Amino acid sequence: MNKHSRLHLPRPPARPGETPDFSYVQLSPAGAVARPDVNARARDIETLAVELVRVLDDAHDAVGPWHPHLDPEELQVGLRHMLLTRIYDDRMQRTQRAGKISFYMRSLGEEAVSVAQCMALRPGDMLFPSYRNQGLQIARGIALVDLMCQVLSNTRDMCKGRQLPVLYHSKAGNIFSISGNLATQFPQAVGWAMAAAIKGEDHLAASWIGEGASAEADFHHALLFASVYQAPVILNVVNNQWAISTFQGYAGGEQRSFAARGPGYGIAGIRVDGNDFLAVYAVTQWAAQRARTGAGPTLIELVTYRAAAHSTSDDPARYRAKDDQEHWPLGDPIERLKQHLIKLGEWSEERHHALTAELAALVGASWQEAVTYGTLSEGPKLDADLMFEDVFKEMPHHLQRQRALMRAERG
Amino acid sequence: MASMNMIQALNSAMDIMLGRDPSVVLMGEDIGYFGGVFRTTEGLQRKYGAHRVLDTPIAEGGIVGAAIGMGVNGLRPVAEIQFADYIYPAFDQIVSELARLRYRSAGEFFAPVTIRTPCGGGIRGGQTHSQSPEGIFTHVSGLKVVMPSNPYDAKGLLITSIEDDDPVVFFEPKRLYNGPFDGDPSKPAVPWSAHPKGQVDEGHYTVPLGLADVVRRGSQLTIITYGTMVFVATAAAAMLGVDAEIIDLRSLVPLDVDTICRSVRKTGRCVVAHEATRFSGFGAEIVSVVQEECFWDLEAPIQRVTGWDTPYPHAFEWEYFPGQARVAMAVKAVMEPV
Repeated sequence: MNKHSRLHLPRPPARPGETPDFSYVQLSPAGAVARPDVNARARDIETLAVELVRVLDDAHDAVGPWHPHLDPEELQVGLRHMLLTRIYDDRMQRTQRAGKISFYMRSLGEEAVSVAQCMALRPGDMLFPSYRNQGLQIARGIALVDLMCQVLSNTRDMCKGRQLPVLYHSKAGNIFSISGNLATQFPQAVGWAMAAAIKGEDHLAASWIGEGASAEADFHHALLFASVYQAPVILNVVNNQWAISTFQGYAGGEQRSFAARGPGYGIAGIRVDGNDFLAVYAVTQWAAQRARTGAGPTLIELVTYRAAAHSTSDDPARYRAKDDQEHWPLGDPIERLKQHLIKLGEWSEERHHALTAELAALVGASWQEAVTYGTLSEGPKLDADLMFEDVFKEMPHHLQRQRALMRAERG
Repeated sequence: MASMNMIQALNSAMDIMLGRDPSVVLMGEDIGYFGGVFRTTEGLQRKYGAHRVLDTPIAEGGIVGAAIGMGVNGLRPVAEIQFADYIYPAFDQIVSELARLRYRSAGEFFAPVTIRTPCGGGIRGGQTHSQSPEGIFTHVSGLKVVMPSNPYDAKGLLITSIEDDDPVVFFEPKRLYNGPFDGDPSKPAVPWSAHPKGQVDEGHYTVPLGLADVVRRGSQLTIITYGTMVFVATAAAAMLGVDAEIIDLRSLVPLDVDTICRSVRKTGRCVVAHEATRFSGFGAEIVSVVQEECFWDLEAPIQRVTGWDTPYPHAFEWEYFPGQARVAMAVKAVMEPV
């Protein structure tokens, strides 16, 4: 016992030069966590918030009550989406390094979160992503050229040059505009879901937030409103352990899991292996059934690891061990699904190589097309007049005037 | 036509919109079963159901955040923030999200949210129930900002705001809820029933945003004002016996520059009056506009009448409030021969 009060300062698994120790990550064996009925009351299933739902075991078999029993074809589609996400990310990262785009953020190591969750939802469900959910765009079928044109802020940019790279949206794809201010989308998703319930519609809303951003008031507003109105919403905390250089302990993850915020608000909270495609799919499907059958909201904590830098402006070597990810106990989501499919006899190294080459060619061809619509430095340019549009539905007098002034100053 | 105070007129606007448009929903603290702390939503939950007139948790950020999501999903939310002094927890959702959603999504997403909030002092509210923060919101691109001064305008402007596809922050000067107030708290309260603007059409009508109201024609000077100060300025000019043209802006964004300039060009003298604090206040914007557009017509420097740049003090409410004496000093200053 201490004789004095003490100030606790969370410490990450390893700083540069140290050996990573992930023993703080509480694991459950694959197949060990019970799968409650979708209509179970939140108060009766609170242990889900501290256990870890896993389906794929170390021998690459799918085991236990959460096994979603997907067709091999669906698993292959999931693998394809995840691989495409990774190859797209890799290409955009290199493109930024080459000075063709200003900024980029990869989702390396977290691909199962977006891809499996999107596949477990319906096309009419509304997605409120954070900035590291490009897998949602890809799994919803948004064309790579469209994503690339946004990243390029070129003449085909869906955002008309107004947003940083990766802050996409798709009205047709039911993917909400990504803010860039953290956590704001969380209560908005709840409001969207409340509206669906008010209108008597069957759609649900899903939103994503990093564990770091869960410290924001918006996170708590979202849980509160979701709980009060029992909104048909799935609230996802992607716990990738890092918020730029800040370890998840500073978001309050050391004393209690992020999923456990759910039961605190009377919401079902469930913790899942975020690198296990099958487990992520199964848990999301369970949460979606809850939402659609009036059992209310679910908070899912997806335990994963940010294998890449926060963004192209970040250098993680300055604050964490270089080989961190190799020690991460939950492995890599693509490798794990690939090995599972191979074990099922539904995939092979050869097919994987062929798919990788096919997707790389698709990414390359998409890039070749995207740049014809302009880049930061060359090709066609967006008309600067667009700056003044969409501030309001109709342009007020003062903006018309400023547009005229800008035209005059440009000569 | 019926005699209504401003609360009844606002209630009528929401009643009509709930009846006309199934996508309209109201939400806020105490607004449902209880009908609001100022009774502005009285009877509406009973009439339209708890699904459309929602009581909410005490979380302004959550109220506006949820309202945005509801707006994106096809509803037309009218969110009440119980006092303008309580709006700051929602500031990020208003400024970074609501105001910019249409812009950042190139017009694909928008949230037609109206935020109603009572503002202003003169009710012994102290520094947390008296603020006039409209200038904080007029500074934000993408928001419309409205402040009526009477029941007739309040109803028509609120209906317009609810029907508008852009977000509107709708300030209600609560000292004017029950009657026009000329700035003298020692006089008996005057009810709206004794004022022509308290005669309100019971049906649907609109008052456009961006159109100021010339509430008094005059030739000697122009007083540009809005909200509580409309009646204070009118009384001060009458007390001095000057022939003032008094403009009630009604909507601050969009701003009716034409009406302002037409008047100042005619009178050559200008006073700008609001209850909010002075430094970086909305009055500074009006002064700039007048200076840029009407400089050669001005006979004297423009004067500003405002609250002091302090928090709104409980015990010194009437020393703080920009009453007739403060307006009169400014009017005299612009009327002095140069």
